Amino acid sequence: MSGANTASTGADGCGAPAGGVAASATAGDQAVVEGKVTRQGAAVSTGYARLLGTGDEFVAEVPLGADGGFRFFAAPGSWTLRVLAPGGARAERSVQADYGQITTVDVTI
Amino acid sequence: MSRSDVLVDADWAEAHIADPHVVIVEVDEDTSAYDKGHIPGAVKIDWKKDLQDPVRRDFVDKTGFEALLSERGIANDDTVLLYGGNNNWFAAYAYWYFRLYGHDKVLLLDGGRKKWELDSRELSTDVPQRPRTSYTATEQDRSLRALRDEVIDAIGKRNLVDVRSPDEFTGRLLAPAHLPQEQAQRAGHIPTARNVPWSKAANEDGTFRSDDELRQLYQGDAGLDFGKDTIAYCRIGERSAHTWFVLHELLGLPNVKNYDGSWTEYGSLVGVPIELGEAR
Repeated sequence: MSGANTASTGADGCGAPAGGVAASATAGDQAVVEGKVTRQGAAVSTGYARLLGTGDEFVAEVPLGADGGFRFFAAPGSWTLRVLAPGGARAERSVQADYGQITTVDVTI
Repeated sequence: MSRSDVLVDADWAEAHIADPHVVIVEVDEDTSAYDKGHIPGAVKIDWKKDLQDPVRRDFVDKTGFEALLSERGIANDDTVLLYGGNNNWFAAYAYWYFRLYGHDKVLLLDGGRKKWELDSRELSTDVPQRPRTSYTATEQDRSLRALRDEVIDAIGKRNLVDVRSPDEFTGRLLAPAHLPQEQAQRAGHIPTARNVPWSKAANEDGTFRSDDELRQLYQGDAGLDFGKDTIAYCRIGERSAHTWFVLHELLGLPNVKNYDGSWTEYGSLVGVPIELGEAR
């Protein structure tokens, strides 16, 4: 699947972007939430990022990329980002998203 | 049909890695996931390249499915164990697809790739070479698949289960939040549909919730009439295959169809009724 690397390129499936999520993109008209997950300074390439809405309602999940990266195309508003990694590691952050903006959330576990 | 007939755990999978009559198959949209490591011995199926017709919007036909399985070294009497990423969305889709073409010895790995990874189980980059087979499929079992006219006719009569996220259901989003929001069709849902997001059927590690929890979710909370026939849909039919698996395979409801055209078809049809906002 192409299109994982730019916010403005289409994807016609519902699955994970190829190879997780690569480098940063311009937001265009999207409400982008992205970041990287690290453990003791090293990228966590095996793990998952989940985007949760009000009341912890599940919205989306992506596997972390080789660089520990993740990206969501959300809608304006408040969201919760939850990271799961092997060994029971988990972390949670609150994020705000808006159209035309990239909200960067880097997570250490 | 019960849970133990269709769903196995990782210990079962590990015990059958070398079983010549069990073929483990990873199904992902992201084919690079398989390439960076998969369950030892697993072969790969690409949900789109391998299972979709390259020209028309439809599945590969019976001959195409036979060619695919023969090439992957899957025989008619093999047990196929499916797993994948995205909480088994595409593996559930493939499960439904295998059943559609008459392969009954098919299982799903509970938790899929995610639980396998989170449990730090072994992954391999070796690609197995299975000898070619001569696979014979049946014609599609249309009791499992709904097409658009049947869906329109089911409005207000059958259970319609929209398994997308609440934001997609109400029209706030047009696609899951990890994909760009740029689809051109109308937003909303099919009138009289109940919104039971697929994710409510899964635990955080991707495993399915218990039968009691699932029954409460669909019958108790969402008010589905288990005495009626049911059609599940999402955006392109893979998340609804996950729900089809829950309703038809785990809970044993007799008449459940997956509408694989789903919202990308329905939301682009001219003149069909659409509802916005919360379920009415």
